Amino acid sequence: MLRLPKMDLVRPESVEDVVAALQTPGSRIIAGGTDILPNLKHRLDEPPRLVSLSRVSALQSIDETDGFMEIGAGVTLTHLSGHGRVRELFPSLAHAAGVVASPLIRNMATVGGNVNLDTRCRYVNQTQFWRSSIGGCLKSEGDVCYVVPTGRKCVAAMSSDCVPVLISLDATVVLVGPAGRRELRLAEYFQADGTDHTVRAKGEVTTAVRVPLPDGPRRSSYQKWTVRGSIDFPLVSLALRFDLDQDAGDGVIVHQRIVSGVLGAKPRVVGKLDNIVGKRLDGPDVAEQITQAVYRQCKPLPNVPYEAPYRHKMLKVYAGRAIEEMITG
Amino acid sequence: MPDDPNRIVANDPQVEPTGPAVITHGYPLEGEPQTLGRNHRKVDAMERMRGVLRYTDDLKLPGMLHAKIKRSPHPHARIVNIETSRAEAMPGVYGVVTGQDFPIPYGVIPWTPDETALCVEKALHVGDGVVAVAAVDEDTAIAACNAIDVTYEILEAYFDPEQALKHSEDNPINPYARKGNLSKHVKLEFGHVDAALAESDLVVEGEYFFEGTTHAAIEPHCAMAHVEPNGLLTVWSTTQVSHYLHRELAKVLELPANRIRVIQPPLGGAFGGKSEPFDLEFCVARLAQKTGRPVKILYTREEVFYSHRGRHPMRMKVQTGFTRQGKITAVDARTLIDGGAYSSFGLVTTYYSGQLLCAPYAIGSYRFDSTRATTNKPACGPKRGHGSVQPRFSMECQLDKAATALGIDPIELRRRNDMGADSQTVNEFRVGSNGFLECLRRVEDASDWTYKRANLGYGQGVGVAGSTYISGTNYPVYPNDMPQAAVQICLDRSGRARVFSGANDIGQGSNTMLAVIVSEELGLALDDIRVVSADTDLCPVDLGAYSSRVTLMVGNACLEAARRLRRKVSRSAAIRWDIPVNRVVLATGMAVDREDPEKWVRLAEAFQWAEADHGLLGEVGSYNTPKDRHGDYRGGTIGASPAYSFTAHVAEVEVDSDTGIVDVKKIWVAHDCGTCLSRRIVEGQMEGSAYMGFGEAIMEQHGVDPLHNGVHPGPSLLDYRIPTFVDTPELEALVVEAPDANGPYGAKEAGEGPLHPSIPAVANAIFDAVGVRMDELPFTPPRVLAAIEALNGEV
Repeated sequence: MLRLPKMDLVRPESVEDVVAALQTPGSRIIAGGTDILPNLKHRLDEPPRLVSLSRVSALQSIDETDGFMEIGAGVTLTHLSGHGRVRELFPSLAHAAGVVASPLIRNMATVGGNVNLDTRCRYVNQTQFWRSSIGGCLKSEGDVCYVVPTGRKCVAAMSSDCVPVLISLDATVVLVGPAGRRELRLAEYFQADGTDHTVRAKGEVTTAVRVPLPDGPRRSSYQKWTVRGSIDFPLVSLALRFDLDQDAGDGVIVHQRIVSGVLGAKPRVVGKLDNIVGKRLDGPDVAEQITQAVYRQCKPLPNVPYEAPYRHKMLKVYAGRAIEEMITG
Repeated sequence: MPDDPNRIVANDPQVEPTGPAVITHGYPLEGEPQTLGRNHRKVDAMERMRGVLRYTDDLKLPGMLHAKIKRSPHPHARIVNIETSRAEAMPGVYGVVTGQDFPIPYGVIPWTPDETALCVEKALHVGDGVVAVAAVDEDTAIAACNAIDVTYEILEAYFDPEQALKHSEDNPINPYARKGNLSKHVKLEFGHVDAALAESDLVVEGEYFFEGTTHAAIEPHCAMAHVEPNGLLTVWSTTQVSHYLHRELAKVLELPANRIRVIQPPLGGAFGGKSEPFDLEFCVARLAQKTGRPVKILYTREEVFYSHRGRHPMRMKVQTGFTRQGKITAVDARTLIDGGAYSSFGLVTTYYSGQLLCAPYAIGSYRFDSTRATTNKPACGPKRGHGSVQPRFSMECQLDKAATALGIDPIELRRRNDMGADSQTVNEFRVGSNGFLECLRRVEDASDWTYKRANLGYGQGVGVAGSTYISGTNYPVYPNDMPQAAVQICLDRSGRARVFSGANDIGQGSNTMLAVIVSEELGLALDDIRVVSADTDLCPVDLGAYSSRVTLMVGNACLEAARRLRRKVSRSAAIRWDIPVNRVVLATGMAVDREDPEKWVRLAEAFQWAEADHGLLGEVGSYNTPKDRHGDYRGGTIGASPAYSFTAHVAEVEVDSDTGIVDVKKIWVAHDCGTCLSRRIVEGQMEGSAYMGFGEAIMEQHGVDPLHNGVHPGPSLLDYRIPTFVDTPELEALVVEAPDANGPYGAKEAGEGPLHPSIPAVANAIFDAVGVRMDELPFTPPRVLAAIEALNGEV
């Protein structure tokens, strides 16, 4: 069995105490542990101590206030995917949370952990021995990139199922650190560097994501392709959301947001679609415009398994299928 | 009787017999089985299900050390120096061994000893073991491995068999190989293939590629060793071949075999991946000798991938000739086999790649030319359906192509070529019972084949494939005249039987099989039969769980011993009742006079009578193979078996032509296992086989990355994808029984044969669904989509 490095574990009971505990250099946060523990076994990091969120009860609730649904960072994916109001208001989010990994992993994994899931790459998420055979890379022990050999920045893939959906729903993320609380749009939370892919400071902890409540009819979808029906990380990941003037497949689009994950380190919000606003969702060339925009703007890399050109093609296919599903409701 | 075959016979303590009432309602009628063919709870099922079974890694001894093996990060490198002094000076480190501590080469096939416990001269693949450390705990052992400096001289590595063969002379990989990078070459011809092809009405030419897969048993390899004060070495190992491990330990450690005891604790799966010695067993043994303490090694999952011995990658070029009526006139196969760094069973694999293809179809003439090359990859070896799953894929796809070309239904085409029972293959193997036609009929009916072939629309399809497999090999891997299997049974006066068998129960249920036979012969409940297996100090030698030999061979040995005991016990009862011995029946926990059921005693009492008459009740049985089954030519014994099983599958698929995703909806598996000894275990083997083949067809990929130093692309169960429950199609097991004169009660194998048709049945169903031929495994969405696009002219 692979062994964990030796480290301390502290279990504070309040967000304040978590922030205080994080001031020890090298401390890492652990919630469900389903992402960090395998990474530590792979010796991608050897933190001197882990700060557990398991006893911070304030992080474990889902509330509706001020036009937002606030989802505590400690809410498990099982809880999120089965939550009645989430299913009713944000069905694509409930779906995405429910297709992460496997039931046992979802019982442990948390929303905060999924939002902060470390980027993944076939050359990184391997044992230390394995990496020693090829010499490590930008994200591990080396200074080269095997995915983009000329690249200077790590392109490991943002592989969370929930993140594209949350961005498509205009969610924000709440961070608390020594300087207090700040809230920023999730779309601006990520940056294109696989070794440091969020703007969260080392001493900050994610306490919640806040999703604005819909103010009208909406159709949304999350499309995931992977090889197996369980366990696997997404290989194709696409979230779509259309606010409509009426709850019907031929409703007029008043707002849209389409987001892809598993490209590089940063999820991509598909742009240049302003001209579909004002058109009917089932309009003659709407689906075509969307699938073309997705295809042109979302370019998978050979950083995760399965051929990148295939995954590229599939983004288009799954975008088209999502739109069909949303039209038929 | 047997009544409802779905009723599970519980192994609960026997109900106190109440006399004739029991008898009149059930057994005994002469000639009817009492235990055979029913559903039995496996003898270790409750312990497994409750999580209390002690696997090898659950074993702990006082003072036990943990060892780790430091492995080569290079695919091909000469070891210049190993500096261990820093590690040896670390607190908690008790011993270090390198290849120099046991330099004698070994191999499971005695003709090809080309492995050493740890690398002596060179490392031959990424993950090859170089040095091992025993320490007070795993963390210390790992730290000590990290403190060992190994200096390597990097050599050019070959990951492609053709390239390796080209460099056979200037850069031979394995230092013990006799012919450079040519591991084995076999060419055999039966009849006049070229002439037959020339005269054929149709010749189908195909090229197929099987990329290679591994076993992925859930339990990783583990071994522990301990040296007694008197010098006796005990090795506990997750092996499926205790006897071969025993022999190789003796050879490499230079200890007489009678100073070594090998124990196989219960296994968590093997599938052929534990059928030869591995570095860990030698390392724990030598380290235990050196340190005087018990030593254990548990592989990481990554190390399991490096130990490998999985299915060989094979590139197969095949020509198959047919008459207009669909009869096979000739088969000409050329196969290039990628063996990895060591021989393993490779000599046999190379023969099997051709020799096991000559049934269930009568083939006019046959030629195969198989070459196994050594490459800088983890060694390939036997995986469930050793050597023949790959060529069976090509054979059955060829038949499907011919059926299409000739306008004959694929099942009908196979029917026309059926070789029948009591026949001889073109390569001179004698085949006894043969239920292949019945297998075809069962899958045809159950799948509603005719309707579906005619009516399923684009994107949906059904495919068929057939196969055969051996029930053990006629000859052991080392030549000798002793029995291939032996069993010893003792009865005691409390009314129990103890069965001692060297056979390895690897989860396939062989211990249960032995209990079922003893129960059938002696009338004992399964719970009153203790099976002690796979302990070389306590049990007679058995060659191990491979080549689907255990039911037939060990079953026969057990049957012989059990019948001898039955005769003793029956005779003692007959004397006391003053009746002819053939009136005594041992059944349902009693000895009974068949003609006067008022006359009965509990078995315990009958055993006491027999013990009074004969002394301690013990008998042995042994089994050796008939020597008239094979061909009279060099290599003609390899692939010959006392009996052959037969299988047919129909697979139903849905293919998404936009994504290339193949959804296998259902697989019907009909398998001729001779006589079914234990129904649910047979069905489980059939379903498990079909599942495993399905996974290989759709998703499993085992290779190395030639662009990145020959590393395994993902040596973990996250990246090496085996199907989960939600991916697995519905599986329907259809048991066919064509009893064979050579099997115990007519039984043949069921553990490996049912895998073979999985892959080609799916391939043929894909063709039926969308019209593309998938000649390269696995049928991943990108490949299937590319084929569909090529067919539609979209590329």
